[in-house]
Amino acid sequence: MGKKKMLHDLILVGAVLAAALAVYVLVNVLGRDGQTVVVTVDGTVIAEKPITVNDAVEIKDADGYNRVVIDNREVYMESADCPDKVCVKTGRISRAGETIVCLPHKVVVEIKGGEDADAVVQ
Amino acid sequence: MNSRDVAFCGVFTALAMIFSYIEALIPISVGIPGAKLGFANIAILVVLYITGAKAAFFVDVLRILLTSILFGNMAAFIFSISGGLLSVAVMIVLKRTDKFSMTGISVAGGVSHNIGQLAAAAVVMQTAGIVYYLPVLLIAGVITGVVNGCVAGIIKKCLHKAGFRDIL
Repeated sequence: MGKKKMLHDLILVGAVLAAALAVYVLVNVLGRDGQTVVVTVDGTVIAEKPITVNDAVEIKDADGYNRVVIDNREVYMESADCPDKVCVKTGRISRAGETIVCLPHKVVVEIKGGEDADAVVQ
Repeated sequence: MNSRDVAFCGVFTALAMIFSYIEALIPISVGIPGAKLGFANIAILVVLYITGAKAAFFVDVLRILLTSILFGNMAAFIFSISGGLLSVAVMIVLKRTDKFSMTGISVAGGVSHNIGQLAAAAVVMQTAGIVYYLPVLLIAGVITGVVNGCVAGIIKKCLHKAGFRDIL
């Protein structure tokens, strides 16, 4: 009886380790994350930041005010004084090809990925 | 449940709280939220084997409630209760199957505790990004689970010498 239980224990441990490996592969290889956050205003790139470093970009011009935050490998529009707030409501993006757009202020935040990022862009 | 079981549960609730307290004193900053040694699970495991599933459940909930009131805050409570409930539920179910040793149950408990905490963190922080931590937490759960299971086994052996019997 003891031996049989030990075998089951080992199977359990093996299954957990396999699951850990599977999640690791899924997260790091298949769901490859974007590398750079590119902020453009009216077509001009105003900032390029690595997604791995927590940071913030503030945009103040005649059109209005936007604040982009990079936090924990995710990007979101923290605040904006545009009337529709679509950009803020977009929420957090983290994958290559994803964008946040603030149309009234002509602000586009895009995550650019690695070399084969185009394959991920929808 | 007789008076001996009640006393037993009281002692082990206290023991679980002391384990939680000691754990909070040890500064292990692995940089992973939710990675813990899970010593308290030693006490829960022993209660599960000696007094039974219901007692183990209540001792676990009491321990989380009391330690959160004494040493923690609301956020700590939410994380520990979600980890603790999932962990004790998984351990009760697996023990009932009678297919795993105490160490196996301990591993399942440790791993599910980490999963529960991570799930709570994902809900509270409203991000799925922390799934990054899952592989590390799973492996950490296996390691601490094996250690805690062995310690619980030793405690159980001592209790057997003192006249306590496993509940079936």
